[in-house]
Amino acid sequence: MPATDPKNKTLDWLDERTGWRMVRDLADHKVVPIHAGTAWYYFGGITLFLLGIQVITGVLLLLYYRPSVAEAFDSVRFIMTRVEFGWLIRSIHSWSANLLILAAFVHMFSVVFTHAYRRPRELTWLTGIALLGLMLGFGFSGYLLPWNQISYFATKVGTDMAASVPVAGPAMARFLRGGEEVGAATLTRFFAFHVMILPLITFGLVGLHLLLVQFHGMSTPSGVSPSQLAHMKFFPNFFLREMVIWYGVLAVLGTLAAIFPWELGLKADPFASAPAGIRPEWYFLAEFYTLKLIPSHVWFFEGELLGLLGFGLLAAGWVALPFWATGRNGEHRARLVTAAGVFLICYLATFTILGYLK
Amino acid sequence: MRASAILFLLYWSLSVASAQDSCMTCHSAMEEGTKGPATLIKNDVHIAHGLSCADCHGGDRTSDDPTIAMSKAKGFKGKPARTAIPKFCASCHGNPDFMRKFAPRERVDQYELYETSVHGKRLAAGDTNVATCIDCHSVHDIRPVKDGMSPVHPLHVAETCSRCHSDKVKMAPYKIPTNQFEEYRTSVHWEAMTKRGDLSAPSCASCHGNHGAKPPQVESVAAVCGTCHVTFEALYDKSVHKAVFSGAGGGGGCIVCHSNHGIHQPSTAMLVGPNAVCSGCHEAGSAPAQTAAQMAAWIDGLDRALKQSETVLARAEEYGMEVSEAQVRLIDGRENLVKSRLALHAMDPGEMRKPIDAGMAIAKETLAAGQAALREKDFRRWGLAVSVLLIGIAILAIRFLIRRIEARP
Repeated sequence: MPATDPKNKTLDWLDERTGWRMVRDLADHKVVPIHAGTAWYYFGGITLFLLGIQVITGVLLLLYYRPSVAEAFDSVRFIMTRVEFGWLIRSIHSWSANLLILAAFVHMFSVVFTHAYRRPRELTWLTGIALLGLMLGFGFSGYLLPWNQISYFATKVGTDMAASVPVAGPAMARFLRGGEEVGAATLTRFFAFHVMILPLITFGLVGLHLLLVQFHGMSTPSGVSPSQLAHMKFFPNFFLREMVIWYGVLAVLGTLAAIFPWELGLKADPFASAPAGIRPEWYFLAEFYTLKLIPSHVWFFEGELLGLLGFGLLAAGWVALPFWATGRNGEHRARLVTAAGVFLICYLATFTILGYLK
Repeated sequence: MRASAILFLLYWSLSVASAQDSCMTCHSAMEEGTKGPATLIKNDVHIAHGLSCADCHGGDRTSDDPTIAMSKAKGFKGKPARTAIPKFCASCHGNPDFMRKFAPRERVDQYELYETSVHGKRLAAGDTNVATCIDCHSVHDIRPVKDGMSPVHPLHVAETCSRCHSDKVKMAPYKIPTNQFEEYRTSVHWEAMTKRGDLSAPSCASCHGNHGAKPPQVESVAAVCGTCHVTFEALYDKSVHKAVFSGAGGGGGCIVCHSNHGIHQPSTAMLVGPNAVCSGCHEAGSAPAQTAAQMAAWIDGLDRALKQSETVLARAEEYGMEVSEAQVRLIDGRENLVKSRLALHAMDPGEMRKPIDAGMAIAKETLAAGQAALREKDFRRWGLAVSVLLIGIAILAIRFLIRRIEARP
């Protein structure tokens, strides 16, 4: 029967052109299993929420930021001191970037310990890992943009590490820097990565990741059939709970931004000596400290090269986790994966703390 | 073939023997007390330039026979008499053509200057106690001035002069004080030189001259200080003090207030209070004493105002507020404080007001920036409290909504 009241008429008109009722039906039917590990599901949402905050605050910062060596630092200072609530936007952008990476790590380890990477979710795992890599890329490229002393030298150290990779390293470092040294070309290049290239790839991958999550539904703990578990509706029950958590995260972000506004430091001076105790952001600290501990030469290999090779192998093994987690006979090596996860957490936590203390 | 090899070996051994320095060979083999020059000379700048003992002392270094090597026929001069040392050194160091081969930028007028110095004049009069070249530069282990181990390196000049000038017995016949080094070591110049490593800071030779060393006359003290303190000198020249202090019997310009060797960090205590240097000439309550007190009050007032701004900005910075622009501005304020201390030397209150007023304006402006940053900090905290409260209410409302939805059958 055709709708008669104007509201239904409008919705029908929209549905005919967009098919929105199909999306609504999908949302209506989406359920979330209830079990001891349900709380871990929230971390995917937290990561997505923080990504949204990054997009909004990033766009606002773009209104004033000027990506050139001569103007970058002054434009950020202008944002911090002259633009109404500019300090808040920049501080939230910086703090949120850190919380986003933390949330992404927690989300990744929750997937590992609940074994949610299992067949048929291998692609969900791979897109998730790629997204984590992209978040680290956002962190690395965004760090340089204020063009201050610390960020300049941290980028120098970071790109030097890239240069020490055999064969492709020097070319990779030149590509990142836009030349032999960190300079004006590096800043514009990092800006392009940060606001155009990485976001484009991220939006594509986030879409694919969410599509796969939607396609496969929420993973349940191994050995438990979804039919044995109670469920709650995603809309509105689970979504409202997520909103509570997002509000909580927003409060944490606001508190950090108001009490510890992100500092600006001194303008980068390529001719100055590197500040004492320079180190990268916390999410690169474990790797940085490990490289520092490795002797300059191990046997007849160069120490740094050996370290980077080790990290490369570790990362490759981690990416391939869903594939080696299943044995030849189809058995699930749950204990091995859990042990690998515990080992990785212990390594990252210990070396990050040591990196800060030393 | 064999014959040519023997001939080559013979030629080679002869040329090696002739290249040997017999002075070094013999003096190195002497007893401990007498081989001094041979040991010391290894570090000598002359040896580094390819010269040898014979280039100063004459003789034939290629001969192994001492009677030939040190014969007058071969030009052997031996050890020069003390009174002859300056001329002995000047035979090379006063010869521009010779010096150009080794040190083209080196001056060659040291001997002429030395002749004009107190040391030179007394030596010419037969006083062998005075310093000659070797007393300052050492002998046989003469190092370049820029060598940190040289006794005439800027860091060691004062100590080198003090070896004689702090010796009461040695200075007694000349009736000159011996406390200069002691006083100098309490001075800002010594501090700059030794603690801050500023090798351009003055030591004895900077004011008294090195080869032409003599005490500056009363009229020329300001000119000596003005070599470095150029602007101070220009302002002092305009002041009423110039005619009095730098005139005959005036006491010596700058040193009337700042002393000579023991120059300490100046402060407003030099203008007003029990240790005021002004009180030496001006009675308390007199117009000049009042002007000095007024100028001291201006300087102290600006210093206090800048320090207050500095404290407030530091507090704001501790709270994470971005105040770097105001902090940079504060540097301009400090510059004005320096300028006002400088302007004091003209003894013209009108001249001094300009930097004082400019500095006070900056102090006021930066204080306002610091206070605004602290107010902004409070505003942020209140904003945070209100936001967290609103977020809390929103969370409670959602929780209530969830309960209501889930209570439905």
